[in-house]
Amino acid sequence: MKILVTVKRVIDPYVKVRVRADGAGVETEGVKMAMNPFCENALEEALRWREKGEASEVVALSAGGAQCAETLRAALAVGADRAIFVKTESPPEPLAAAKIIAAVARRENPGIVWMGKQAIDGDFNQTGQMTAALLGWGQALFLSAAKLEGGAVLAESEVDSGIQTVRVKTPCILTADLRLNEPRYATLPNIMKAKKKPLEEMSAADLGVDDSPRLTVLATAEPPPRAAGKRVENAAELVRLLREEAKVLS
Amino acid sequence: MDFALSEEQRLIAETVRAFVEKELYPLEDETEKTGTVAPETAAEIREKCKAAGFYAANLPAEVGGGGLDCLELTLLERELGRASMALTVHFARPSGILMACNGEQREKYLLPAVRGEKLDALAMSEPGAGSDVRGMRCAARKAGGDWILNGSKHFISHADIADFVIVFAASGEKQTARGIQKEITSFLADRDAPGFSVLPGYQSVSHRGYNNCVLAFDDCRLPQSQVLGEVGEGFALANEWLFATRLTVAAMCVGRARRALDLALEYAARREQFGKTIGKFQGVSFKLADMLTETDAADMLTLSAAWRAQKGLPANREIASAKLFASENLARVADNALQIFGGMGLMRDLPLERIWRDARVERIWEGTSEIQRHIISREMLRPLESR
Ligand SMILES: Cc1cc2nc3c(=O)[nH]c(=O)nc-3n(C[C@H](O)[C@H](O)[C@H](O)COP(=O)(O)OP(=O)(O)OC[C@H]3O[C@@H](n4cnc5c(N)ncnc54)[C@H](O)[C@@H]3O)c2cc1C
Repeated sequence: MKILVTVKRVIDPYVKVRVRADGAGVETEGVKMAMNPFCENALEEALRWREKGEASEVVALSAGGAQCAETLRAALAVGADRAIFVKTESPPEPLAAAKIIAAVARRENPGIVWMGKQAIDGDFNQTGQMTAALLGWGQALFLSAAKLEGGAVLAESEVDSGIQTVRVKTPCILTADLRLNEPRYATLPNIMKAKKKPLEEMSAADLGVDDSPRLTVLATAEPPPRAAGKRVENAAELVRLLREEAKVLS
Repeated sequence: MDFALSEEQRLIAETVRAFVEKELYPLEDETEKTGTVAPETAAEIREKCKAAGFYAANLPAEVGGGGLDCLELTLLERELGRASMALTVHFARPSGILMACNGEQREKYLLPAVRGEKLDALAMSEPGAGSDVRGMRCAARKAGGDWILNGSKHFISHADIADFVIVFAASGEKQTARGIQKEITSFLADRDAPGFSVLPGYQSVSHRGYNNCVLAFDDCRLPQSQVLGEVGEGFALANEWLFATRLTVAAMCVGRARRALDLALEYAARREQFGKTIGKFQGVSFKLADMLTETDAADMLTLSAAWRAQKGLPANREIASAKLFASENLARVADNALQIFGGMGLMRDLPLERIWRDARVERIWEGTSEIQRHIISREMLRPLESR
């Protein structure tokens, strides 16, 4: 079974994000970029499944500007077998990304598409779901554990009431949460091999996907500064304030 | 001329940087507070470094090392330089001089060092012999088939956690064109060798938790098989294998200067006084401009010296320039970054205070700034003097 893993290039989670002067988004010029952390979890899981012999090949996919090839090389250095880079005119919105992933999935016929549950830039949390809908495949989202069982995946996700377990038949879309695993670093031997691994390049148009933007960003703003804290005398006072002022207790 | 990093070089630098930020930064406060790294923590860093295939990245692949070339290694050191040395010492790069091990020494020292089973330290400096290492008094005298070592070493980094020490001792004298010179031989001394003891060193202002030790040799008997390389050829060996340590210092200084600059930039863009962010004041912004320009220069100087070394071109002078400039730049950048932070910069709560302290030793070890200037000017003047 082949696993397709999507990896998005985003601002490094350790970088402090700044709003662009024109308010049309956040500053990415000269900012350190990295692989979306949830995608790292997806990739890690795919690699573990391959190491256990449950998958035969791990193919990494990224769509966006030319620099996405760097993120794919990083995925190859972490251990993916080959990579597909889909070039787009502008950063793909969730629907365009889903169409691209679906088109690649139709060509590659993977048993599973492992994705991050969302990307830390837009925090849309839509692409996995839309990809599943476009392909007509099953989906299991926000996974904190998953294992293959016959022709299906037994998948666990954390919900408010506890752990929800679902069984979803392959081929399917799985999206990873941070608790799924601890991603490994690129290994030195794999870094040395990464350049020799195949990286196929194509455009969204080659896949017959219209990637033109449909959303308009009206404004981007810094989160409001946190209000100063308050000292309370005792626990009873705290409970009273939580109930009456903060209204988080009833 | 092409200044772009190759894919491999970029991935090496990025991976080491990610490791440093995720694994080592979170441990720094504790290290500074306690002045020590718990053995379990050290073991964990080493295991993670091994899992990523970076342990002994500096040594050739034939002996199980990472096989990095000089440029790749310089990039690795640059990114490691961001973090506390008490922690990065466990992202181990065993001394290159171990490649001189032969016969049984390979099984006993080189290979275990590469596998991370043994840690090495290197001892040249003595209370009476610093810049003038050849003036060392620690002596090795032949007794039957063995060698007897007497004398002491000081400032020996991380000997407290080392399993063995590569120690240099005067083993005789020879007549040279410049008069009588001491012959220096290097030895492999196990931590538990009879007559050898590792004593606590001094409390240093720089690199807390990265301890320096005093070594005492009191009729320490070492068999001939503990001689590393040839008898009397200790310095030739050091010159062959240890030039890279000055490049390491240069590269680490560049990485640490970048970290200090990043902190200062962030603060200048955020801290407000007189109704604006302090970065809007030229007194602050011009400092930032100089810090970036000079750090870029230090980076280029270091990488180009590494490039020369890698190509097998003469690089002694260039490495001296890189070590000199990068260490002095770090001092300026750390000091200016601290100035930009104002009083807060002095407080233990922020990493700047220790970057500023740590910067001080870089102009002293691996050859002081004066010694580097001596090397540089000697090479400049030599061709003119012979005319
Ligand atoms: C924290 C720490 C860790 C160390 N770790 C190790 C280690 O692991 N192994 C090891 O072998 N050594 C180690 N060293 C020793 C280090 O390499 C020496 O400190 C260094 O070589 C300088 O020697 P010194 O301190 O004796 O100074 P000195 O040589 O006494 O110098 C004193 C001053 O005189 C100047 N000077 C000396 N000669 C000249 C000259 N010819 N021209 C102009 N100026 C001159 C120097 O630049 C300096 O300013 C360490 C030192 C420190 C501080």
